[in-house]
Amino acid sequence: MNDKKWIITGLVVFLIIVLFPFWYNRGKAVPPPEIKLTDKAKAAKECVLSKEYMKAEHMQILDLWREVVVREGQRIYTNPKGKSFVMSLSNTCLDCHSNKADFCDKCHNYASVRPYCWDCHIEPPKEKS
Amino acid sequence: MDTSRRRVLQLLGLSAAALSAPPVLDALAAGPPAAEPKIGTAKEALTAKQWAMVIDTRQFKKEDDVLPLIEACHKIHNVPKIDFKRWEIKWIWSTHFEHAFTGTTSTRFISEEIAHRPFLVLCNHCENPPCVRACPTKATFKRPSDGIVMMDFHRCIGCRFCMAACPFGARSFNYRDPRPFVKETNQLFPTRMKGVVEKCNFCNERLAEGKLPACVEASAGKLKFGDLFDEKSEVRELIKTNFTIRRKVNLGTEPAVYYIV
Amino acid sequence: MLELAIKGTKRYYGWLALLLGLVGIGFLVYLKQLDFGLGITGMNRDVSWGFYIANFTFLVGVAAGGVMVVLPYYLHDYKAYGKVTILGEFLAIASVVMCITFILVDLGQPMRVMNVLLYPTPNSVLFWDTVVLNGYLFLNLIIGWNVLEAERQGVHYQSWLKPLIYISIPWAVSIHTVTAYLYCGLPGRGFWLTAVLAPRFLSSAFASGPALLILLCLIIRRVSNFDPGWKQIQSLAVTVAYAICINVFFLLCEVFVAFYSQIPEHMDHLKYLFVGLHGHGAYVPWMWASMTLMVIGIIMLVNPVTRKNELTLIAGCICVFFGCWIDKGMGMISGGFVPNPLHEINEYIPTLLEGLITIGVYALGFLVLTLLFKIAVSVKEEVRA
Repeated sequence: MNDKKWIITGLVVFLIIVLFPFWYNRGKAVPPPEIKLTDKAKAAKECVLSKEYMKAEHMQILDLWREVVVREGQRIYTNPKGKSFVMSLSNTCLDCHSNKADFCDKCHNYASVRPYCWDCHIEPPKEKS
Repeated sequence: MDTSRRRVLQLLGLSAAALSAPPVLDALAAGPPAAEPKIGTAKEALTAKQWAMVIDTRQFKKEDDVLPLIEACHKIHNVPKIDFKRWEIKWIWSTHFEHAFTGTTSTRFISEEIAHRPFLVLCNHCENPPCVRACPTKATFKRPSDGIVMMDFHRCIGCRFCMAACPFGARSFNYRDPRPFVKETNQLFPTRMKGVVEKCNFCNERLAEGKLPACVEASAGKLKFGDLFDEKSEVRELIKTNFTIRRKVNLGTEPAVYYIV
Repeated sequence: MLELAIKGTKRYYGWLALLLGLVGIGFLVYLKQLDFGLGITGMNRDVSWGFYIANFTFLVGVAAGGVMVVLPYYLHDYKAYGKVTILGEFLAIASVVMCITFILVDLGQPMRVMNVLLYPTPNSVLFWDTVVLNGYLFLNLIIGWNVLEAERQGVHYQSWLKPLIYISIPWAVSIHTVTAYLYCGLPGRGFWLTAVLAPRFLSSAFASGPALLILLCLIIRRVSNFDPGWKQIQSLAVTVAYAICINVFFLLCEVFVAFYSQIPEHMDHLKYLFVGLHGHGAYVPWMWASMTLMVIGIIMLVNPVTRKNELTLIAGCICVFFGCWIDKGMGMISGGFVPNPLHEINEYIPTLLEGLITIGVYALGFLVLTLLFKIAVSVKEEVRA
């Protein structure tokens, strides 16, 4: 058991490295980003579904949309209020939310998620905000 | 198809349950029954059991006659124009009789005129597609609703088995990011990313809006498009009243593109 | 037993360092490929599989070849092979590791590879190839490791291993059969569309796999105190001799069918490979080199005098190994894709960068092989002492 001190030193070094993000960022909580809405989005008042749902689960509905559009050829989505939308990320979602940098990227960067939508889907032309 | 259907229903149910209340937490609690969201197609959408195309090659005399059609397709679908041969991508292109119909029919001693005629070739949207059989992820699949052989670019892993399986050389692979080579981007259609296979999609996005495929529209009647299994369709009429050939029918893939020579 | 892999001589460490260095270079180039896309390779619209898949196909054979020592030992109670079965199994593991890595580096979207399991597609041969290759990897890992462990403890291996061992034998045949089915079930690729493809793959597997194993045994004899045995090596050499003869015979069957039937779709690919087609013939010297190597291999291994001489045996095995590598690797891939389905010719020449990645993958395989063989040899030395 002469190796005791080495084992403990090793464990400490390991913990320091593993916990790096925590001690490095201590007390420096980055405030969550504020979402900016375009005038068009403000005027529409409600999105495809409720704001709360869209905030938390928009990836679910986007996944549903891409599934049914690509694989089943169904392109029209009618929400429970009876309003119909063409299921299209670039042409429907981004039509209202044309401020991608302020609307999509801010949150995605904050949450450190990198959806690869924009590798193929086309961003709206940059608007001066 | 079954699994995706089930997933769709699941997701629809999920989104319906989560409508009125903050999601996840209350998803299981029985809230007031909200109306279910619905998915469907537009009223003006064109439908068929199996889409098919008839190309009247007699009306194409020289390369200039086919270029506008190719241009229309490639522009609308953001197909990159890459001059470096190895990375070439094409959905529809023209070739000579002997290449278009190699192994199909005799190409010897044909008239000078036919030998020089441009023949359009594209994905045949086979009734029995070998590419679909080969794909290990169902990223390429035959749509049961209208027989279009589709690509799901979200799912393609880029193994290129479909390219080996296709007997018509209809598929292209994105050997690099295609975006720098798309000169004028059509904002209404996505581009592709590196590492996926692509090909003609019979303009399913236009059919959904009640429009004919871009090449058919640009052809001024030289290309006809319709339902192969509708006896009264224009394509059936043309097949009945003309002698048509298809590429490599001996392989049993049943191509849906017919040529009047 | 793992600790045995990290106790070695300076020369052993040097060898490991060299392999690690090559893996590192390959990895760096792979990062480049990941960033740019498969455009850094010579592959194109017509020849859409290249050097990676060629080496993959060849190595599936080497992996399956390991069964040529497992089968006689376990099924025919050929006791002599008791000393070398573990080497056959470990060679299979290293080969399958290389196969799987080659598939991964060949994917356009490698991060989506799990889609194969997420959307299982039984009508795709590639799906089954994934299943049988991974299955074979685990079978050999479990069997090899436990049998070796038991040998080290001086006990008989666990009885539950027996069924796995029996399963592993047809499984070895299956990996190469399924790999052949990747090609031979495709309409419109005349070169591959032949029922003899799977048998031909197996015969070249049973030649190239044991040929490599002989070379490895001879190296082990030199560098360690464990002797796999001259008798064992000689038996393996007979296997190689038969298998390479059958392989060449199958190839000649192909040539006969194509050229006697005179069906252009079948002839043109062979013409392209062996004499060139419409002025294109990048592979002509390679194919003739392959034929020459295989014929020399046959002469050296069938003739008992040269087979029993260590030096000529080594030469014969090298000839067989590289002859098969050309024939079943690039010959197989390029020959199948050229001319293309429209009867146009676009040739494929691998680039330097894909060569470096390929070397990296081989280095990774040989690293795994070295570590496993080191363990096996150390156990054998320990038991003998």
